[in-house]
Amino acid sequence: MNTTVVAQLQRQFQDYIVSLYQQGFLDNQFSELRKLQDEGTPDFVSEVVSLFFDDCSKLIDTMSRSLERPDNVDFKQVDSGVHQLKGSSSSVGARRVKNVCISFKECCHVQNREGCLRCLQQVDYEYKMLKTKLQDLFNLEQQILQAGGTIPQVDIN
Amino acid sequence: MNNGCGSGSESCLSSMEEELHVLAVDDNLIDRKLLERILKISSCKVTTAENGLRALEYLGLGDPQQTNVMKVNLIITDYCMPGMTGFELLKKVKESSNLKEVPVVILSSENIPTRINKCLASGAQMFMQKPLKLSDVEKLKCECHLLNCRS
Repeated sequence: MNTTVVAQLQRQFQDYIVSLYQQGFLDNQFSELRKLQDEGTPDFVSEVVSLFFDDCSKLIDTMSRSLERPDNVDFKQVDSGVHQLKGSSSSVGARRVKNVCISFKECCHVQNREGCLRCLQQVDYEYKMLKTKLQDLFNLEQQILQAGGTIPQVDIN
Repeated sequence: MNNGCGSGSESCLSSMEEELHVLAVDDNLIDRKLLERILKISSCKVTTAENGLRALEYLGLGDPQQTNVMKVNLIITDYCMPGMTGFELLKKVKESSNLKEVPVVILSSENIPTRINKCLASGAQMFMQKPLKLSDVEKLKCECHLLNCRS
């Protein structure tokens, strides 16, 4: 095992994950999620976030259809979708997505279709952005493991 | 096992070694998965249900023909669920002569005082905020073991 390479990769990983927290992509719940992963369940986090991104895609689709016709918006259905998305994003630590959901819920309550459409667009943007970032993070993890190293526990508090 | 519950009696210690069987109820797949994982890490046996009706079936309060009824030591349920809410599930459990002693913990993403009060008033053991952390479950386990000791 090339310890220099491992150390470099670990440093890269550490810096990257810290930047994700600092830029508000992730919050403390993500570190709680990481605590649930161990050698016996090495893919737990990536599985859960994968489910989350699938959820995002499906819910955004459904809500988009509900918001399509200006004269016939089912705000209850949109609100239900946002509620689910808010819950899931909160559970995985997807901070920016969650925050958009908070505004989104408000728009539903006051039946603001334009506002909802803007939030929908934002939620779509944010989840896709996070997906890319986390993919990069997981790739770094794989590189560390392949180089024979262990993934650092990062304390962001 | 390090429990910090302070009880020294033999029967209490032996009940501590038994696995807690938890019924986890939540309509959200991700939350169910997380809850299951957290409980398993905390050495609990877990059964998950995606809604109140399924939960009642598992508990033997559903179809009288139901055969796979199980004994649970703790029910953890989300509050906001379509169909039967966690609150309604709580009431059904507390109304049942067989199950009213089973502690029910309500989880919610929102800390609304009227909601909390009505759940506690209807017999909920605890009301906790989502998302649940690993450290939260340790507290729950301690409470449940204490309850088992008393009964």
